[in-house]
Amino acid sequence: MKIALSWLREFVDLPESPDELRPVLDDLGLVVEGIEYVGQGLENIVVARIEEIRAIEGADRVRLVIVDAGGGPLEIVCGATNFVIGDHVPLAPIGAVLPGGFEIAQRAMRGVISHGMLCSARELGLSDDHVGLMILGEAVNAPVGTPLLQALDIMPDVVFDITVEGNRPDAWSVEGVARDLATRFGRELRAPALAEPNADVDSDSFASSGIDDPDLCGRLTVSVLRNVTVGPSPSWIARRVQNAGMRPISNVVDASNLVMLELGQPTHPYDAARVARRTLRARRARPGERLLTLDGVERELARSGRGLGDSGEDCVIVDGDDTVLGLAGIMGGATSEISDSTTDVLLEAAFFDPMAIARSSKRHGLRSEASVRFERGVDPNLALRAVARFVAILRESIPDLEWLSAPLDTWGTVPSPPTVVLRPGDIERLLGAEVPLEEATSILRGLKFEVRLDGETLVVTPSSARLDVRSGAAGRADVIEEVARLYGYRRLPRRTPRWPEPGALSTRQQLRRNLRDVAVDLGAYEAWTPTLVSDEEFDLLLKGVVRVRITNPLAAEESVMRATMLIGLVRAWGRNLERGTGDVVLAELGAVFAHPEATPQPRVTRGGAGGVVTLALPYENERLTILLGRPDDDARTAVAFWATLGARLGLSDVVVRTCDVAPVGLHPTRCADLVDRASGAVLGHVGEVDAALVSTLVPSVTGRRVGLVDLDVDALADHARATRCSDVATMPSRYPSATVDLAFVTPSTVHAADLAHELRMASELVEDVVLFDVFGGGGLAAGTRSLAYSVRFSSFERTLSEGDVAGARELLVNRARDLGAVLRGVA
Amino acid sequence: MSTSPLADLPHETARLLEEIAALASLEQLRDIEPSILGKRSVLSSLQKSLGVLAPEDRRDAGAQLQGARRVVEAAFEARRSDLAALARAALLESDRLELGDVVVNAVRWPASVGHPSLVAVTQRELEDVFVAMGFTVSEGPEVESDWYNFEALNIPPAHPARGMWDTFYVELGEPETVVLRTHTSPTQVHLKEAAALHGSLPIHAVMPGRCFRRDTPDARHLATFHQIEGLVVDRGIAFSDLAGVIETFTRAYFGPDIESRLRPAFFPFTEPSAEFEVTCTICRGAGCRTCSQTGWIELGGCGMLDPAVLDAVGIDGDEWSGFAFGFGIDRCAQMRHQIADMRALIDNDTRFLRQFS
Repeated sequence: MKIALSWLREFVDLPESPDELRPVLDDLGLVVEGIEYVGQGLENIVVARIEEIRAIEGADRVRLVIVDAGGGPLEIVCGATNFVIGDHVPLAPIGAVLPGGFEIAQRAMRGVISHGMLCSARELGLSDDHVGLMILGEAVNAPVGTPLLQALDIMPDVVFDITVEGNRPDAWSVEGVARDLATRFGRELRAPALAEPNADVDSDSFASSGIDDPDLCGRLTVSVLRNVTVGPSPSWIARRVQNAGMRPISNVVDASNLVMLELGQPTHPYDAARVARRTLRARRARPGERLLTLDGVERELARSGRGLGDSGEDCVIVDGDDTVLGLAGIMGGATSEISDSTTDVLLEAAFFDPMAIARSSKRHGLRSEASVRFERGVDPNLALRAVARFVAILRESIPDLEWLSAPLDTWGTVPSPPTVVLRPGDIERLLGAEVPLEEATSILRGLKFEVRLDGETLVVTPSSARLDVRSGAAGRADVIEEVARLYGYRRLPRRTPRWPEPGALSTRQQLRRNLRDVAVDLGAYEAWTPTLVSDEEFDLLLKGVVRVRITNPLAAEESVMRATMLIGLVRAWGRNLERGTGDVVLAELGAVFAHPEATPQPRVTRGGAGGVVTLALPYENERLTILLGRPDDDARTAVAFWATLGARLGLSDVVVRTCDVAPVGLHPTRCADLVDRASGAVLGHVGEVDAALVSTLVPSVTGRRVGLVDLDVDALADHARATRCSDVATMPSRYPSATVDLAFVTPSTVHAADLAHELRMASELVEDVVLFDVFGGGGLAAGTRSLAYSVRFSSFERTLSEGDVAGARELLVNRARDLGAVLRGVA
Repeated sequence: MSTSPLADLPHETARLLEEIAALASLEQLRDIEPSILGKRSVLSSLQKSLGVLAPEDRRDAGAQLQGARRVVEAAFEARRSDLAALARAALLESDRLELGDVVVNAVRWPASVGHPSLVAVTQRELEDVFVAMGFTVSEGPEVESDWYNFEALNIPPAHPARGMWDTFYVELGEPETVVLRTHTSPTQVHLKEAAALHGSLPIHAVMPGRCFRRDTPDARHLATFHQIEGLVVDRGIAFSDLAGVIETFTRAYFGPDIESRLRPAFFPFTEPSAEFEVTCTICRGAGCRTCSQTGWIELGGCGMLDPAVLDAVGIDGDEWSGFAFGFGIDRCAQMRHQIADMRALIDNDTRFLRQFS
């Protein structure tokens, strides 16, 4: 909200400079987003008349203009062309400094000396207009040499742009902000001048009003104003409206806006001659009713609700024929608008249910200065005080304005102010600091809260301008917040709490750190690819699969939740390759999503209004996907990468086992599952990215293999699936070990890791089994290959004899034979 | 009437179909394509021969010929895709690698240096500071119901306060009931709910995680971002404890010469609420462009848990009180490394990534 300092100063003495006030406002929670200096830097600008225009030889963009600014002819070089001889324009003489800080100096252009600068409105900071010079038309009837500020009736001022927080309905007004400042500084808050009804005719003899739906409209006042002459506002009013970022329209409309800005009460003036039976009623709109609002949009009222918690209802103002005149509290209609011929005005000042206004405003996509205030909660007691202010303002331009006595005033349902009891110690318990009772009391009274002292207990009734203050424990917090805010957060002490419970990471968090660290140690660059992808991208791997869709995406390319990180990583790799920086390993640790209908593990939770509905949410699977994109990477390096990474995870035994069905996106004949031997759970996959996918996503690359390690972090973190090594350390034998190499002709159906496992289990003397050579073809039978293992034997009791080793070897060979693996050279 | 030029058509068609069925490779298929469907094919020459017919006969014959051509073309394309599938299967078969047989010790692979993501690095630093201060670390899902993201945080349906977050809704359940979480606060609700259920209060936890807001990305904001949230529920916790925790954290993370300050703000789930600001890390408080000459940078929001929020999860506000705070992980990274454009974080340009470790 834009608030002029001069306006605040009418309500409270503020000798402080704008720069001194800014931190005070910030500290009150009225954050100053910007300070605008209106009319500053224009002190030296004067009105000049164009006397003569001459071409400059050799110049086609600038001309020589001779002007009179009261001190005889001045030669000025000017690039604008939108003026003629006799026009009045602003002149910045030599030495003047424009609002942007630009200082005017005597300059020579094309051999001609320029004695100043003729200015556009934008150069003067007066508007965005920069098509040419600012032409001061007939309305500005000032002689040459007049200071521009005087000619335009501008008063230099300072405008604060303040962000109003959601719990400060009162701060949508100059008076509300001034009240905070007056309370903080302990100064008096002055009241604005108010008018009294001055016609000896009761309002109900001229107009009538009523509320049909008291839940939507809590109060409707209608005042009758007669002898109205619609015309321009006095300049001080127009300036106020303008400084607040609004456009002056007419004395009646400006008065309405001024009161809203000053006190926070929106009002709506109707041309009484255009309101059937001079009657205004508030009621619920009926389905099928329509309204052409002042912004020129025809709106369908009481449409069915859109979105959660929207009942679809609208509150409208209707006339005596039950015709809809306006969308209550949001925007009026065109038919009853004030015009130049208006002589009698019905002025509506009301209270509407904040939630009803919020729902209507959202559904119609229509936010107005009024709706912003009503949806936060306007003081229900403010209406007639605001009208009294409205009349006082309008009298400035219409001295014989009549305000009929006994304005119509109907009440519906308004929130009743809670009584909040602060027991001794409540403030200290919440703030951790004692605020002296007298200070708390005077703060709350400054905010117009009623405070009664009952011993040490404060019984507080909040101001009716503060509908945000609740009852009970929540209300106590609301009231204490006000005390703290005005007392100053900075004055509250700081203490660091201690508790006996230690801080720690969970085992899962430690696992995640470990995964990251090892992947990075092994050369991975960690990437961050999009969670939201396009349908086309989703279809690349999962055509026809039901997907988690965003209702309101920013773009179609970001409308579906990813089911894999593979595509994002291939794309990121491709872009790096195109830059010549792509010969890298890329890894991403993150969540992928499956539609609840596409997963056996949907997450069930509560939702909907009141949290009473059971909802199935997507299955979120945390994965670590590693793409090996260096020049010689392939499925082999992926297996080696996994072997090194896996060795650091403290897992008991994970087997690289060819998949029955290749996971989507992987090369179908070069991929494997990572299977936990004990649990049988699949912990991830290893292999190569499907070449077809690579060439689709990165067409510039051909014939390059890309390795892939894809780990299910949920499975790795689950000890039932990922079997850990025993915590009990195995002590190495102190006796020398003996190493034997064994090569077996093995059916291709037998996994090398399974055979190794069997060998390990065959004798307790086995210390370690390592595969060191594999070959097929040659003289070997089809469907077999040779697996060569290096086996190390050792004993805890003694140095092994040749006989010990031979016996153990025999056990191993026999065990291998059970699997169909035959020791080479023995068959 | 003499013999029709199309007398041989059924026979020719059958012959062509046989020929197509006999094709054994994509190369053969490519070689034979002109003789089956091209200008010199039987079908084309039959087409030319129609010129001798009377116009009305020509139309019927033309239609007949077109029908035959479509049959042949369809068979040809079907064969093409069969052969392509066979070729791919053969290629895959010849490419087969038994990964269980890979001799890991024999694989030679390039030595290379990797780099963690800046967000992960920053998150870890923040977690470490908080763990040292006695906090545990918790996480929650990225897709939430409106109850956890909003209502249990004292933001009822259709309330204007929901407008403080630009929300992505998910097409599940009734409209607007499933959301991409707009902040990490739903995790706070899960934690409190579980603690109330299991009687395991107090809570001292931080909750890092990915969040989403429907806001067009620019140099300062991404629609996907990371937040870390703190929650303390304990006996006798007051606003001054919150201020002290913020201050301790600020010095521990940003350095001993960086201070924090609180100023009033509004969040539906805390009361009193505050924004917290820290000394501008660029100018060290002297005033610069980054901090709009104020010497302070806004970092996040915080406040005492609103009684309504404790009530929503069944925690007795007379016995327990607490506070929450939250701020951007990415923003901390941006401040520390003076990142001019946040979009660099999602570009995955290795020249950017390799600067962090």
